[in-house]
Amino acid sequence: MDVLAGKVKMTPQTMNTAMNPIDALERPIRLTARDVTVHYGAKQALHGISIDIPDRAVTAFIGPSGCGKSTFLRCFNRMNDTIEGARVGGRIELDGEDIYDPSLDVVELRARIGMVFQKPNPFPKSIYENVAYGPKIHGLARSKTDLDEIVVSSLRKAGLFEEVKDRLHEPGTGLSGGQQQRLCIARAIAVGPEVILMDEPCSALDPIATAIIEELIDELRENYTIVIVTHSMQQAARVSQKTAFFHLGNLVEEGVTEDIFTNPVNKQTQDYIMGRIG
Amino acid sequence: MTSTSSASGGFERTARIRAGLARRQTGEKLFRALGIVAIVLALGFVALLFTDVLRKGIPAFTQSNLHLAITFDPATLKVDPAPERQNGQSDADFRAATLAWQRQVAMLNWNTVIEAGLREAAPAGFDIDSRQILAIAETDARHRVRELFVNDPSLLGQTVSVDLLASANTDNWVKGNINRDLGDAQQQLPAPTRALIDIFEENGTITQGFAWSLFSNVDSRSAPASAGLLGALMGSFWMMLIVILLAVPIGVGSAIYLEEFAPKSRFTDLIEVNINNLAAVPSIVFGLLGAAVFINWFHLPLSAPLAGGLVLTLMTLPTIIIATRAALKGVSPALRQAALGMGASKTQMVFHHVLPVTFPSILTATIIGVAQALGETAPLLLIGMNAFVAAVPATPVEQATALPVQIYLWQANENRNFFEPRTSAAILVLLGFMISLNAVAIFLRSRLEKRA
Repeated sequence: MDVLAGKVKMTPQTMNTAMNPIDALERPIRLTARDVTVHYGAKQALHGISIDIPDRAVTAFIGPSGCGKSTFLRCFNRMNDTIEGARVGGRIELDGEDIYDPSLDVVELRARIGMVFQKPNPFPKSIYENVAYGPKIHGLARSKTDLDEIVVSSLRKAGLFEEVKDRLHEPGTGLSGGQQQRLCIARAIAVGPEVILMDEPCSALDPIATAIIEELIDELRENYTIVIVTHSMQQAARVSQKTAFFHLGNLVEEGVTEDIFTNPVNKQTQDYIMGRIG
Repeated sequence: MTSTSSASGGFERTARIRAGLARRQTGEKLFRALGIVAIVLALGFVALLFTDVLRKGIPAFTQSNLHLAITFDPATLKVDPAPERQNGQSDADFRAATLAWQRQVAMLNWNTVIEAGLREAAPAGFDIDSRQILAIAETDARHRVRELFVNDPSLLGQTVSVDLLASANTDNWVKGNINRDLGDAQQQLPAPTRALIDIFEENGTITQGFAWSLFSNVDSRSAPASAGLLGALMGSFWMMLIVILLAVPIGVGSAIYLEEFAPKSRFTDLIEVNINNLAAVPSIVFGLLGAAVFINWFHLPLSAPLAGGLVLTLMTLPTIIIATRAALKGVSPALRQAALGMGASKTQMVFHHVLPVTFPSILTATIIGVAQALGETAPLLLIGMNAFVAAVPATPVEQATALPVQIYLWQANENRNFFEPRTSAAILVLLGFMISLNAVAIFLRSRLEKRA
C-alpha cells in the first residue's frame, strides 16, 4: 500500500496526463483513491478503498447489492456530500489534485466529472434545454449558435441526434427509456467532462436499449475516462478494460478485466463470478 | 399415497381460502357502502346549505324601485337662481356665493317635493297623511332629488321622471317578507301605506329591478334599502392585496429556505413544529396579537385594511409555508441529483428545476390560503373592522370593513325582514369570490401541469 501511495505522489495541479503514472493497462492514471472510507451516520459503508482509474478506458465496479460500489462511485464527484449524515474519509485525486480540498468548488469538480444515473432522469424540459443546461450554467457557450453546435454535437456523440433532430423542442421525458438514458449521457457530455461516472446506467432498460448504450460506452472511451457500476457481470466483461470487485464495503480484487474474469485470484471473486454469491 | 394426501391437502387449502374470500368480500362491500354513505351525507349538507342561502339570497338581488314624476315646483322650492360668475368677480367671492346658494338648497324641505310626486301617482282623493305616504320611499330619496337639482338648477319649474328606491319596509311588504295577515300593531307600515303600496304595484309606480345598490353603495343604517357592499368589497380588496404582496413572498421564501438550505438541527426542528402549531392557532388569537402589536405598538390606524391585511398575512403564512414545503418535499430526488450532477449549485437546482416543477402546487396552496383569508372574520373584529363605515376606503389606511364582517354586521341588523335576504345575498357574493378564486387555482394548476 505504501509503495502504491508513493507511486502516485506527484506535484499538484498536474493536468497533463502524459505525466501521470502508468497502471497495469499501460495507461496514465486519471483518478486515484487512497483509503477511502464512507460512513452513513454510525454505519460504515466503505472500509478503506484504494484504486487507480486509468485514463480513457472503462473501469467497471461489480459486486452484489449493498457492497458499496455505488457509494464509492459517488465519492468521485462528491455526490455523497448531498446525503445527510454521510462522511467521506481518505483521499481522492483527479490528476493529482485533491478533490476534497475545501478550497475546491464542487461545482467545478462536477463540470469535470459528469454523472449518469441508474434511472434515466432527464429534466422535465425540452430535449434541447436538457443538453443546453450544463453549458449554460457553466458559461461554456459564447453565443446562441455556439450553444446550438454544442447541443447537436453532444446529441451526435450520444448517438441520439438522428432520432430526435425533428423534435428538439419537445419534452425529453417523452422519449423511450433508452433514449432518455442517451439524452442523459448527451447532457453529461455537453459540459465537456474528462470523466463520466455511470451508476448502473442500463438497469432500467430492455436488452436492445442496453446493447445500444454498451456500444455507445465503447465509443465514448476514446475520449472520456469512464467508471461504470454494474450488476451484470456480462456487461462488465463486455464494456470494461479494468474491473474491481467489491464485497461488503471492501475492494476484494481489481485488475485487467480479462484476468479478473478468467483467472480471479480471490476465492470470493471466483464465487461471485461463478454465481455463487449475489 | 403421498400424491393423494398432497391432493387432499390442496383441496383443503382452497376451501379455506374460499371461506376467507367471502369474509374479505363482505368487508370490502361494507367499507364501500360506508364511503358512499359518508359522501352522500356530506353532499347532502352542502346542498342543504346552498339551497337555503340561494333561496333566501336570490330574491335580495332584486329590489323595489319607485318611479315618480317629480315636479320642481317654484312655489314650494323657494330658492334664488344659482349664482353665475360675473365679470370681475374674484374666485373667493364666487365660491362664497355658490356655498351660500347650496346651503339654501339644503335647507329646503325636499320631502314635500317627494310627497307631491307620491300623491301624483296615487289615485285622486286617496286618504293618507304625509308621514304615512313618505314611508313608501327610502329616506335617502330627498338627497337623490336634491342632488339632481344641485347638478342642474334649470330643473326649477320642470317635471322629470325619477327612479328612487322604495323603503326597506315597502320592499318587505311587496315581496311578502313580512306576514300580510298580521294585525296593524305588528306591521311595520300603517294600513293606508300598505294599501297604497298595493295600488302602486298595480299601476307600475313600484317595480322590481336589479339591486345595483348592493354593489354601488356603501353600508347605510338610516336608509337600509340603499345599503350595499362597495365599502366592504374595497376593504377586502385592499386586505387581499396586502396578503398577496406579503404572505406569498415571505411564505414561499421561508419554505424554500427551511426545506432546501437550512441545516437540519434541533433549532430548525423547533421552528418546523412551531409553524405547524401556528397553523392550528384559533384565528381570534391572531386578532388579539394584531390588536396588541399593530395597533398598540405600531399605532397603525384602527379599522384600517392595513392592520387587517397584516393580521391575515400572519394567519396565511403557516398555510403557505406548510403547503410549499410539502410540495418541495414531493420533488423526486432523481431531479435534484440530475441537477447537482450537472454541476448546478444548490440555488440553481432550486430555482431552475425544483421550483418550476412545484410551481402549480405552490400556486394552488397560495390561492387557497388567500381565499381562506378572504373569508376570515374573527380576527378582524378585534382590530375594529366591525365598525360601521359608510365610506369607500380609497387607501389601505382608511377605515373600512370587509365582506365577511359586513355579513356579520347585517345578520345582526334589527330590520330582520329586510336584512336576512340581504345577508344571504352578501354571502352569495362572498361565495362567488371564493368559488372564482378556487376555479382560478384549479384552472392554472391543470394548465401548468399539462405544460410541464
